[in-house]
Amino acid sequence: MTGVDTATGLSAATWQRLRTGDLGVLPVAVVLVLIGLVFQALNPHFLSADNLVNLTQQSAATGVIALGVVLTLHVGQIDLSVGAVSGLAAAVVAVGSVQLGWPLWLAVLAALAVGVLVGSIYAALHTRLAVPSFVFTLAGLLVITGLQMRVLGPTGSVNLPFEWWLVRFCQTAFLAPATSWVIVALVVAGYAAGRVTDRVRRERAGLPVAPLWQVVARVVALAAGLSLVVAYLGTNRGVGAVFALFVGLVALTDLMLRRTRWGRSVRAVGGDAEAARKAGVPVRRVFVSAFVACSTLAALGGVLAVGRLAAANQGSGAGDTNLTAIAAAVIGGTSLFGGRGSAWSALVGILVVQSISTGLTLLNLDQSARLVVTGLVLAVAVTIDALQRRAREA
Amino acid sequence: MTAPILALRGVSKSYGAARALVDVDLQVHAHEVVAVIGDNGAGKSTLVGALTGALVPDEGEVLVDGSPVTLSDPSVARGLGIAAVFQDLALCANLDVVENLYLGHEAQRGLLLDEVTMEKHAWELLNQLAARVPSVRVPVAALSGGQRQAVAIARSLLGEPRVIVLDEPTAALGLRQTAEFLTLVERLRERGHGVLLTSHSLADVQAVADRIVVLRLGRTNGEFDAAKTSYEELLAAVTGIQR
Repeated sequence: MTGVDTATGLSAATWQRLRTGDLGVLPVAVVLVLIGLVFQALNPHFLSADNLVNLTQQSAATGVIALGVVLTLHVGQIDLSVGAVSGLAAAVVAVGSVQLGWPLWLAVLAALAVGVLVGSIYAALHTRLAVPSFVFTLAGLLVITGLQMRVLGPTGSVNLPFEWWLVRFCQTAFLAPATSWVIVALVVAGYAAGRVTDRVRRERAGLPVAPLWQVVARVVALAAGLSLVVAYLGTNRGVGAVFALFVGLVALTDLMLRRTRWGRSVRAVGGDAEAARKAGVPVRRVFVSAFVACSTLAALGGVLAVGRLAAANQGSGAGDTNLTAIAAAVIGGTSLFGGRGSAWSALVGILVVQSISTGLTLLNLDQSARLVVTGLVLAVAVTIDALQRRAREA
Repeated sequence: MTAPILALRGVSKSYGAARALVDVDLQVHAHEVVAVIGDNGAGKSTLVGALTGALVPDEGEVLVDGSPVTLSDPSVARGLGIAAVFQDLALCANLDVVENLYLGHEAQRGLLLDEVTMEKHAWELLNQLAARVPSVRVPVAALSGGQRQAVAIARSLLGEPRVIVLDEPTAALGLRQTAEFLTLVERLRERGHGVLLTSHSLADVQAVADRIVVLRLGRTNGEFDAAKTSYEELLAAVTGIQR
């Protein structure tokens, strides 16, 4: 298992992990870098700080929706109505606050409540009646799109004033440089402390530990990576508040998936729901939590989208939002077959999709090219997912 | 004799028109290995389901320490000291050994999982069973049938159960693994557990059981003292052939 393939320079063990998908989001992150380099070669503006700041800001809303999709995919289900839910949430925020005169925070809470409600209905349909999720979420897509039109009324479009906090948060709020650096320092320190504590406890328990240089290398790599991003984006407007919120949600979800009892149940249910039930996992509650979290994150994505556009209309959440979010989760490496993936796939996946979209726009190619290329990338991602599954079962 | 830890009284279960169990009585005591044998479709798996909370009987009672209980869920059964190892082992192939061992009852440190404690205990447990597992951090999908069985049995021991119910434990094992498994069952009896196992291998059962209950077409077709019963007698009871 230690032989090295001279052609690729990969060790057999690494190749095996790549083939079975055990390397996680790393391969996709490499692809993301390659996409960046290719577009940079074609258009020197692509990797400019200005463009990257725009790219991150544009990723946030759909990325939050993709994060919800990652959760439903984890339990082996799918929600095809996330775009519609985000559109309905956007409509609720705009109509509630502008036309009905609710305080903005109340309108936002109402929109999130819509997400919770939709997710609860899906969960009930799945756990009580065992209806396949792709069917009832497809039905939900139609129903919710209809509701969105009804909420928006005959004009079909509602604008938000630019001075409102939601619009400012999503459009013009950036972390102050000092704040960014404090966050970087805290994250790196927290990560290092966690790694070291873990290592000490494992040593005391007599368990095998990774060599110290590996721990140091990981901490240094994290610090360097974060510093690079913050410093480079800082040469332009900096790290957007809405992007920071998105990354924060991804990190939190990742922690919950990997290091909490809930996260373990989610992966177990996605892997084998019947085995999980026999082991004493509250399978029904796990499904409820996944569907509710997915719809609520979709609603939050809609709230962020209405802030970013300063408007809600019949196009909010329609068209490619749905498929972009689902594509991002799959491209990021979360398996369609359940039980495998990572919260980080939402971040990496949406950055891949958004990079392709931005890059093609910079090359003066229109939406048609964008749809074709994104579709092809998704097809490749799904094929890889299926091949990895076969390799794991072999 | 003291009251049985676990008992069935008049238990029946039907799937539509198919009667899987009909009026079955059964007792398991501490320090005792009870084997339930029967041909395919005799109702062994249904019996295990009724004992472990995987299914609720249509009629009859499940008794723990002589008092009737309703095992509505495997976790209820586990709470009462009944652990199960299912024929399909009920392991999640995408989770690693430690994750499977502790699934549904993970050790926590604050809000987060305590991986170090779980991993340490996992090694201790597997070593006690002399189970050869390459690493406790590989997905179960990468293990052999015998290794998976060892993981499933180790998991059943985690809560220090009083009764361990094993459904067709030797069905997927090779000869050497079966021998190791039978030694393991004896070790379980020495530790004071009650053990109930189902099988259709009469030889395995005679090697290890104290008492043998024969199921035939969902009904009890005799109860035998393993030490005083011949292979032919058992075979006749299982197949229903009159001698």
